[in-house]
Amino acid sequence: MTLTSPQFKDNARAALADAQLQRALSKGLGFVERRRLAAERLPEFEALRDGARDIKNHTLAHLDLYLEAYEARVIAAGGQLHFAVTAEEARAIVVDICRKVCAKTVTKGKTMIAEEIGLNDFLEQNGIQPVETDLGEYLIQIRHEMPSHIIAPAIHLNKDQVEADFRRVHSHLPKDRNLAEPQTLLTEARGVLRERFLSADVGITGANFLVAETGTSIIVTNEGNGDLTQTLPKIHIVLATIEKLVPTLEDVSTLLRVLARSATGQDMSVYTTLSTGPRRPDDPDGPSEYHVVILDNGRSSMLGGGFAEMLRCIRCGACMNYCPVFNAIGGHAYGSVYPGPMGAVLTPALVGIDKAGHLPNASMFCGRCEEVCPVRIPLPRMMRAWREREFERHLSPATVRSGLKFWSFFAKRPALYGLVTALASRLLWLFGRSAGRFRRLPFAGGWTRHRDFPAPQGATFQAQWRRRRN
Amino acid sequence: MSARDLIFGSIRRSLGVSGKEAPRRKTVGDRLAQHPAGLVPARGQLAAKERLALFRTMVEAASGSIDEIADVADVPSAIAAFLRAHNLPMAVRRGGDPRLAALPWERERTLEVSVGRSDGKDVVAVSHAFGAVAESGTLMLVSGPDNPTTLNFLPDTHVVVLDAKDVAGDYETLWQRLREKFGDRLMPRTVNLITGPSRSADIEQTLILGAHGPRRLHVMVVGKSE
Repeated sequence: MTLTSPQFKDNARAALADAQLQRALSKGLGFVERRRLAAERLPEFEALRDGARDIKNHTLAHLDLYLEAYEARVIAAGGQLHFAVTAEEARAIVVDICRKVCAKTVTKGKTMIAEEIGLNDFLEQNGIQPVETDLGEYLIQIRHEMPSHIIAPAIHLNKDQVEADFRRVHSHLPKDRNLAEPQTLLTEARGVLRERFLSADVGITGANFLVAETGTSIIVTNEGNGDLTQTLPKIHIVLATIEKLVPTLEDVSTLLRVLARSATGQDMSVYTTLSTGPRRPDDPDGPSEYHVVILDNGRSSMLGGGFAEMLRCIRCGACMNYCPVFNAIGGHAYGSVYPGPMGAVLTPALVGIDKAGHLPNASMFCGRCEEVCPVRIPLPRMMRAWREREFERHLSPATVRSGLKFWSFFAKRPALYGLVTALASRLLWLFGRSAGRFRRLPFAGGWTRHRDFPAPQGATFQAQWRRRRN
Repeated sequence: MSARDLIFGSIRRSLGVSGKEAPRRKTVGDRLAQHPAGLVPARGQLAAKERLALFRTMVEAASGSIDEIADVADVPSAIAAFLRAHNLPMAVRRGGDPRLAALPWERERTLEVSVGRSDGKDVVAVSHAFGAVAESGTLMLVSGPDNPTTLNFLPDTHVVVLDAKDVAGDYETLWQRLREKFGDRLMPRTVNLITGPSRSADIEQTLILGAHGPRRLHVMVVGKSE
C-alpha cells in the first residue's frame, strides 16, 4: 500500500474538488438509515452492544491464552498455523505456500489485512496473479486503487465509471453490449469471475472471527464470493490478525447480532461461513490444505496501552458511515487502508503519528462515531489522545503550536481574557453589524477562505453567563 | 526467536502477564468448556408455532421464498412444481444425504436428479439443512460426505429442504446441536449460515440479487414443528 496520509490536507482539498467523487458521495450513505431501522427493530440492540464490548475486552485481556487454545484446535483439525510479526513476514508466508503448489492464479475474498500488507503487488512481483472477487474489490483492482470504505470498497465510484472500466478490461466481450445498469454490470462481473473461481489454484480470504473453542475461522459476506474462493481451489489461506480471536461460538452469536445491523442494517448478512481445517477424507469438495496466517503488525504492543480499546473493532464501518468528515471527502483522502474515525485511530498506531498526524485532527468531535460503534470504542477520546501525543512530540505545525501558546497566555489570565474577548467582540460587532458576517478577516484566512465568519451579536458568552446567573 | 514466540512474548509483555497464572488459565478453561450464552433476544425464544411463523417472515424479509409441506413424500412434486412455476429446467443436483435419498423421486418422471458435488454447470441444487434460526431467517448447512458445499454456491437456484422440528429460535441452540452431533470442540469442515440469496450493493449502493452465489433461495419446510 502507498501511504498518502501525510498529504491528507491536499488529498482532502482534491477530494472536495473531484466532481465524480462528490457525485458518488452526494447520494448519501444508505447504510445510515438502514442501521437505524435495524437497531429499532431489535429492542435488545443496546444491551447486545454492551455484551459485544465485554466479550472483546475479556478476550483481549486473555489473548495469549485464547490464542494458545485456538492454535491447538487448528492443528487438531488438520490445519496449518503460521505466525507473522510483520507485513513482510506475512507476505513471504503466503508466497511460499503458493509456490509449493506452483500456483499461477489466486482468487481473493475481501480481506483488509491483505490490503494492509500490500499482498496483491507482492504476489504479482512473484509471478502470481491475484484476482479480487468481491465486486467492490474487483472494481478497485482493475482501477489500481485502494478501497475507499472498509465494507464498500468502491463506494466512491459511479456506474458510468464502472462501465468504462469493464469495456476497457473485458475487451473479449462484444463491443455493442448494453452496460447501462448496475444489474447488467453485475451480471458481466459474475460471468467473468465465475471462470476465475473455477480455475484458481489458491483461495485467500480474511476472517471476521477466529474461534478459540473450535479452531474455526469465520467469514461474513453477502455475495458468496468468499465461499467460492475458499471452497473451489486446492488450498485455502486465511489472513487474520491477533485481535480477531473470540472465545466460543456463543460469543460469536452476540457479535453477529451487532455486526450486520451496524454495517449494512441487515439482521444477518447472507453468508456467514465457519471453516475448520481442510476437507475431511470422505468430503466431496473443499480445499485439501487449510492455512491460517496470524499477523501481529504492531497490535500486540497496543494491548494494555491507551489505544488498546481500538482492538475491539469488528470492522463494520458504522463510524465512517456516520462521520461528517468521511461523508464530505470519501475514504481515499485519508491516504491509508483504514479511513474514517476508526482509521484515524488505528493508522497512527500502525504507521506512526509522525506520518498519520493529520488523521486524528480530521474530526470535529461530534461524537456520532462513538454513538454508533457496536463495541463502544471511544473514538473521539482516542483521537484526542493522538493529538496530545502529536503535541508532546512537537510534531504539530508551528502555526498550531504558536496559536495554542497565544491562547494559553490569555486563558491563564481570566481577567485579561475577559477584557480582550469583550473588546474583540465589540470591535467585530461594530464592523460587521451591517453585513452580519465577514468575508475576510485578518489572521483568520484559513477560516474565511472556505466560509464566512459570523459577526458577533452582542456581549461575549462569559458576559452573558454572568448576567444570567445574577 | 520464532515469530510465534515473539508474538506471544509481546502480548504477555503488554498485558503484564506470564501466561502461567492459574486464575487466568482457569477463567479461560472454564469459558471454553462451559461456553456461557450471552443475551438472547426475546424474538429468539418463541414457542414452536410462533417460531416457525417468525422464521417464515424473516426468510421472506431476506428475499428468500418458503413453502410448508406437510408430508415429506410430497417434496419431489413440490420441487417439480417450483421449477415449472419459475420456468427452470427439470433437472436438479443433490447431495447423497439419506434424507434426500429416501424421497420418492421416481414419482416425478420428468425430473432429472443427479447426485454429487457441483462443477458449476448445474442450474438447480437441492440440499438438506442441518437446522435453521428463526430470529434472522437463517439456514444452517454442514459439509460432509453427503453434503457438498459447492451445491450451496455454484447453482443459480438453491432449494433447501428443512425439517420443521429443526427450526430453532436462536443460534445458541444450533451450536449445542453441532456439539452433540460432532463432539465438543469439533466441527465439520464447513458450516454455512445462509440468510436469503446472494446479493451485492457495490455499484452505486443499488441492491441486486445474484452476485456470485444463487440468485434464488427457496426453503421447503417439511412436517410439523412439534
